[in-house]
Amino acid sequence: MPKDNGIGASPKRREDVRFLTGAGNYTDDINVNGQAHVHFLRADVAHATINSIDTSAAEAMPGVVKIFTGADFAEVGGIPCGWGVTDRHGNPQQEPRHPIIAHDTIRHVGEIVAAVVADTVEQARDAAEAIELDLTDKPVVVDMAAALAEDSAKVHEDLSSNLCYDWVFGNDDDDAVQAAFDSAAHVTTLELVNNRLVANPMEPRVAIGEYSRGTDEYTLHTTSQNPHVIRLLMCAFVLGLPEHKVRVVAPDVGGGFGSKIFHYAEEAFCTHAAKACGRPVKWTSTRSEAFISDAHGRDHVTKIELALDSNNNFTALRTNTMANMGAYLSTFATSVPSYLHGTLMAGNYKTPIVQVNVKTVFTNTVPVDAYRGAGRPEATYQLERVIDKAARELGVDPIALRRQNFITEFPYETPVALTYDTGDYVATMDKLEEIADVAGFAARRAESEKKGKLRGLGVNCYIEACGIAPSNIVGMLGARAGLYDAATVRVNATGSISVMVGAHAHGQGHETTFPQVVADMIGIDESMVDIVHGDTGRVPFGMGTYGSRSIAVCGSAMVRATEKIIAKAKKIAAHLMEASDADIELKDGQFTVAGTDKSVAWGDVCLTAYVPHNYPLEELEPGLEETAFYDPANFTYPAGAYACEVEVDPDTGKVTIERFSAADDFGNIINPMIVDGQVHGGLGQGIGQALLENAAYDEDGQLLSASYMDYAMPRADDVPFYQVDHSCQTPCTHNPLGVKGCGEAGAIGSPPAVVNAVIDALKSGGKNVTHIDMPLSPARVWAAMNG
Amino acid sequence: MYEFEFEKPSTVAEAVAALADEDAQALGGGQTLIPTLKQRLAMPSKLVSLTGIPQLKEISDNDGVLTIGGAVTHAAVAEAAAGSYPALADLAGHIGDPAVRNRGTIGGSLANNDPAACYPAAALGSGATIVTNRREITADEYFQGLFETALEEGEIITAVRFPVPEKASYQKFLQPASRFALVGVFVAKYAAGVRVAVTGASEEGVFRWAEAEAALDADFAPGALDGLSVDAAGMIGDLHGTKEYRAHLAGVMAKRAVAAAR
Repeated sequence: MPKDNGIGASPKRREDVRFLTGAGNYTDDINVNGQAHVHFLRADVAHATINSIDTSAAEAMPGVVKIFTGADFAEVGGIPCGWGVTDRHGNPQQEPRHPIIAHDTIRHVGEIVAAVVADTVEQARDAAEAIELDLTDKPVVVDMAAALAEDSAKVHEDLSSNLCYDWVFGNDDDDAVQAAFDSAAHVTTLELVNNRLVANPMEPRVAIGEYSRGTDEYTLHTTSQNPHVIRLLMCAFVLGLPEHKVRVVAPDVGGGFGSKIFHYAEEAFCTHAAKACGRPVKWTSTRSEAFISDAHGRDHVTKIELALDSNNNFTALRTNTMANMGAYLSTFATSVPSYLHGTLMAGNYKTPIVQVNVKTVFTNTVPVDAYRGAGRPEATYQLERVIDKAARELGVDPIALRRQNFITEFPYETPVALTYDTGDYVATMDKLEEIADVAGFAARRAESEKKGKLRGLGVNCYIEACGIAPSNIVGMLGARAGLYDAATVRVNATGSISVMVGAHAHGQGHETTFPQVVADMIGIDESMVDIVHGDTGRVPFGMGTYGSRSIAVCGSAMVRATEKIIAKAKKIAAHLMEASDADIELKDGQFTVAGTDKSVAWGDVCLTAYVPHNYPLEELEPGLEETAFYDPANFTYPAGAYACEVEVDPDTGKVTIERFSAADDFGNIINPMIVDGQVHGGLGQGIGQALLENAAYDEDGQLLSASYMDYAMPRADDVPFYQVDHSCQTPCTHNPLGVKGCGEAGAIGSPPAVVNAVIDALKSGGKNVTHIDMPLSPARVWAAMNG
Repeated sequence: MYEFEFEKPSTVAEAVAALADEDAQALGGGQTLIPTLKQRLAMPSKLVSLTGIPQLKEISDNDGVLTIGGAVTHAAVAEAAAGSYPALADLAGHIGDPAVRNRGTIGGSLANNDPAACYPAAALGSGATIVTNRREITADEYFQGLFETALEEGEIITAVRFPVPEKASYQKFLQPASRFALVGVFVAKYAAGVRVAVTGASEEGVFRWAEAEAALDADFAPGALDGLSVDAAGMIGDLHGTKEYRAHLAGVMAKRAVAAAR
């Protein structure tokens, strides 16, 4: 019998009422008295020297308040990078200055060259057209291999090369690794591209800066996944402002997928300009701007090698990856291809030797950073593709080959620094085979063949490291921040509860799930609990939402704070009932004294805390509010197995997804319906990457797919009805809820299943195609079939 | 967008007069023009909306000729032609999405002549007549290359006359992002012969595939097209498909159109 309240129930998302009825409060819905608007003049060439910028004509245009160029920000700090990676020789990553507005040099199409603040957006745009730029084109670097060549032009003249870092992880003894390959019975090698993506949240970025001359205080409204982090980075590293004078508010945010984690130049600009102009300054990105100014995702080129012994046991894995950083280092750019990628290369398998080599590269393109999954999809894709290729080369069943190599004992220390606390990969694969009806595939293939279609089945596993992250560990690995989270539980006098959480909801449903937890712990109705998030003025602190961390880290902080509340409330109840607090039990919102019929209600205890007439004032402070910070002891390890069935039209190369099944182990689950939705969304994005999406640059550094006319987003009819199951649950061993996180799994686990399925389909049609790079567009599949 | 004046006349004569101003621009449903203005890629002094002219919204069906006013929306064509010319109705009903179909007009599409648009294939494949405020233009004369037509300054498409064929079909292979035609083929069988028009594929815009027409004249069956292919040399090659792929798709879509013709 499903629960209808508390943990494990599926109440509908309470936030959807306002989102679906037009009552949301997004940043662009906010208009501040006296606000001016900024239009950013963005570079339309990828690499050039700025000889001069003449703004004199523009300044005389109607409505213009002030025009800013790079010179106005010469004294201001650059946008910081939040992670310093140390290379294989012990040297720090190369870290160029990342200016708010381009100084002297333009390094990618879309970089801000000047900012025009005017009374209206149209006036600002008019004036921007009157700015005269004198530029000298420089050689453009787009291709990563070319960028690493000795004679390549440099993106940054002040760096020694276009190499950001050359990193090795896992077994760094090249000879030992090579020996494992030399002694292998079989080696499978695969070269592949993990295609560059644009996040494309429904809501483009928006920023509104305000400054109060009376109090010397700033307010920034922004579309962010982590307002406290933005405040810290902007205050400490860019503008040099004291944090207590700056409030950052991220109200309803319409999707992020990683792209709204980062601190962007536009946020610092609007904050700075509000004081400089003496007026609030607002910026709303157009979709066209978003394509060339939101950080992109993925963009890896990899060679992966898998060694197997004569019994088909994996004996060694070696990867060589080039990862594109774009022109500058975005906030978490350097962590994605290193610690969020290399640590996952063991996957679900007990391969004893794993070596990961990554070169990160500067190019004249938009900066690249975390996008849903962030490094983990890149790891999963290459590993699960090379295993599939190995199975085909060896003529063995791809599922059996995986099963044979599964890690089965926990905790398990991988050769790439992680300790998986728990899991059951056999169980998720069993469940997958059941829900995907793998046994019935042959019959479905025969039906497709009758229609002239090729049908393929692709299976893969995935594991991710979520619940990011133990601060001491990430600190050793180069993180320049802690990755705990915080929550304050504020019980009001009448027993209702506001929970101030550091996590930020922008589609995840926290406003529904977080109250389920608190209500369950106390035994009250969920309607008595609300969360407050997205405002540094109302929430004590928080590191935000990314890496499937919200319930695992912030949720744990919320549990700890609620435990403190319950402990204090029990003391109050004990006083009221003249009992020892050790004898007090809390159930269904009633405090009772064990073994008696004495009881006092939750609401009466809360009222007593705020009206402490009969209260142990000498021992206990009045009031009922507690804060907890929670730093996780380990990552969490959601894992699962996915199956995709495709039909390929041999005449056109068009791939249609006929079935998609996902068996996930997320540990304990707060709201199964919301978990289903998170998986569905992730699968849609993974399928989008596999079949449709591609941020393609030409050799001049122009983004060819810079609008929806050329950038293919997945639509409802591109995806099938999903079979999603999360009944396999091995609870996390080290957080209080036993939760692992579910936000990224779908996007991590689905691309290899799709590609494996297409390769399988082509094989059934007699086409020995071993690999096609994503996206598997009709044109690419047809070309591979006819190549 | 830049500032412009806006007029919405109720007669063709008023519209023609309004368009006499320098840099005035006719506005149909605005499904191409308005996004272009938002991007500041066009700077007309005046927009003259044609959607308030009752005459341009008429649809009639006489003696095997379906006449559609220039300002009739795709959605209205999909509904009105469903019985008389189902292939045309099907084409109109699959342009863009519902919002596009309820704003976009047949006259606007034909005047713009986007090389990946659907209507040019229907007009050329049907041997339609483009009726303007000044003259009548055969489809064979009307389409003159990418975004190029026989229309002169101040000339307005008032109606399009489609001879209804014995059977016809339009088969579109979608460009994955825009969902315009990567290649679309319109096949129509008339007593006088078969017409085959291909959109989306050529660097010259919509074109008739004469070789396929001759083969289908002899035998109106998909197999008649076996071994025929469009020359890849003149095809569009881009992010979404090579010249060779588009040439190949023209053959595939043509066969499917023949098979589906009704």
